[in-house]
Amino acid sequence: MRKDKLASRAGQLYGTVAGLLAAFIAGLVVLEQIGVPQQVLGYLFVAATFVLYAGIGIASRTVHVTDYYVAGRQVPGVFNGMATAADWLSGASFIGLAGTLYMLGFDGLAYLLGWTGGFVLVAVLIAPYLRKFGAFTLPDFLAVRFGGHAARLTGVVVLFACSFTYVVAQLYATGLIASRFLGISFETGVYVGLAIVLVCSLLGGMRSITWTQVAQYLVLIVAFMLPVAILSAQHFGMPLAQFAYGAALEQIAALEQQMLASGLADPDTLVRHLVPGEALDPLNFAALVVCLIVGTASLPHLLMRFLTTSSVRDARRSAGWTLFFVLLLYATVPAYAAFAKLEVYQNVVGASLQALPDWIYTYGRLGLVEICGAAASSADAVRAACAAVPESAGVLRLSDLAIDRDVIVLALPEIAGLPYVIAVLVAAGGLAATLSTANGLLLAIANALGHDVYYRTLDSRAPASRRLLVARLLLLAAAAVAAIVTASRPADILSMVAWAFSLAASGFFPALVLGIWWKRCTAAGAVCGMIAGFGLTLAYLLLTRYGGMGEWYGIQNTSAAIFGVPAGFAVAILVSLVTRAPSRHVQAMVEEIRKPAGKPVMIDGAP
Amino acid sequence: MTFHGKPGTSPLQRRWRRTIGLALVTIAGLAVFALVVPLFVGPLNALRFAGFPLGYYMAAQGSLIAFLALTVWFIRRQERLDRDAGVAEPEPLDAGDELR
Repeated sequence: MRKDKLASRAGQLYGTVAGLLAAFIAGLVVLEQIGVPQQVLGYLFVAATFVLYAGIGIASRTVHVTDYYVAGRQVPGVFNGMATAADWLSGASFIGLAGTLYMLGFDGLAYLLGWTGGFVLVAVLIAPYLRKFGAFTLPDFLAVRFGGHAARLTGVVVLFACSFTYVVAQLYATGLIASRFLGISFETGVYVGLAIVLVCSLLGGMRSITWTQVAQYLVLIVAFMLPVAILSAQHFGMPLAQFAYGAALEQIAALEQQMLASGLADPDTLVRHLVPGEALDPLNFAALVVCLIVGTASLPHLLMRFLTTSSVRDARRSAGWTLFFVLLLYATVPAYAAFAKLEVYQNVVGASLQALPDWIYTYGRLGLVEICGAAASSADAVRAACAAVPESAGVLRLSDLAIDRDVIVLALPEIAGLPYVIAVLVAAGGLAATLSTANGLLLAIANALGHDVYYRTLDSRAPASRRLLVARLLLLAAAAVAAIVTASRPADILSMVAWAFSLAASGFFPALVLGIWWKRCTAAGAVCGMIAGFGLTLAYLLLTRYGGMGEWYGIQNTSAAIFGVPAGFAVAILVSLVTRAPSRHVQAMVEEIRKPAGKPVMIDGAP
Repeated sequence: MTFHGKPGTSPLQRRWRRTIGLALVTIAGLAVFALVVPLFVGPLNALRFAGFPLGYYMAAQGSLIAFLALTVWFIRRQERLDRDAGVAEPEPLDAGDELR
């Protein structure tokens, strides 16, 4: 086997990258001190990270099919863990999640539990076996295990349904961050972000993406941890915000009581931060946790990352590493929510309308903070808006204030009075999170089209060079379509992202688990199970949202997989039992993938 | 076959049965920390842990750390099962100390 030089020297290389990053941040702080304008600092920082990503992408270009699809299967477990974490942590996790915890209080923690717990399932049930199988894509596995085009093409449809809305949401977030911090238009932001994605993936496919994502993880984790650590050191004398925010939680609970007593907060609308059941009832909380856990273990762009490790053992370990790396970010998210809430309860609610902190106006001008129903663009605007509200008495009440959830992470550096460079760092981290996820998703879509539809289904005698050319053209096409859809700013796209988990869970999970763990599962059973689970979930989503159908047992449609996954399992098992058992050859293959040692079932993506 | 003779008890079959048992135990652990612990947030919040109300702490951090510990435990157990049954991959020369 060719030895990947990049893989064997990765530790040294990324140590250097981390050092350069630290030096660069320090350099920018100095530049800010000597009076370089903020806009220039923003451009410098983002441009530097883009050059880094593109440079890695170009340096890891490849002409080998195995490199293009699975990074040569030589990625060490730790680095695959980092890359998978970057793949996993999207704009929603980086920017939106803290805001969700701010809004929903305790109940928002369902997202933390689901998005970390899922990796336990990945390590136990799926990743090592998929790796041993040796496929290039998820539909590839389904096709060989369940012999035929029906399983493959159903897999492609499910993959497309859950990946496309997700990639559009990432590009949407890219456009938002670029327009806020770099002062360029939303559309330009989308196209520039996409250009970087393409430089990273077009030349080297999975190989480039992997090594770019490792760098993107470094950028995003530093960007997420640094501001909150400084804030925590200032206010609680301890830079480890993950341990210091307990004190903030106590103060929040005390302030909630005070606000209720003084009438600043309304007991009907106040979401108490520490109390469960304020935003989601226990049934919906549990359903959401289950759907996110199962969805995590089914998302194709995530699972295909585990095909890149050098061994089954490394695939399993890298699931553990991924959990560790995402945990670093997720354990920090509640600290953001707590510090922001404390700031709002201490210094904003109950303040005189003349004496609001500056950050309110900064984000009010962007339309992200509303007071008394109007954007809080200036002190005069706030006074005018509140004069129209009869019971307002010159003092801001909690119910008068509406904060967009994206503000929590973006505004924290400003709330803490940190240098502008830190705000730019957060923007660069947000871009790293969105671009790395968009990268993985686009590659998953393009590979499904190029490998599964074109090569496997349409032209199975295509030479390697033509397969790679088609794969790259399809990547371009998928990117172009995603960009056009994003630039039209579809209204519903962000809420649809939550659906991706339910769709992936109900479409893939039963077929994957039964395919590995139950030899008796037949092709007809798997295909029927996928169609039934996916169909039921999709129908529930569409009918409850657009069809005016009532919710079953009050389950919100973001947790639709709570119906779809059992339905998928039930149909797959029943149909399997009434159809003829799989051939001896297939059963032997399933036996084989259960043993780590020995040759993979598919070699170079061919059975 | 092996000296165990009767079907269903070859080292490979035994390893697979234990693998299934290990998977079930691990998933049960996952369910406890993801689903059962959050049910008791109210009472747990009355307790203090490192300055946190314990109920909130568990859902925000404690369960997450439990997931990681559970995964590391699972990986070690599974690797031992594979080694004992003789189906583990050969150890690479220059790696393999991660997570150990």
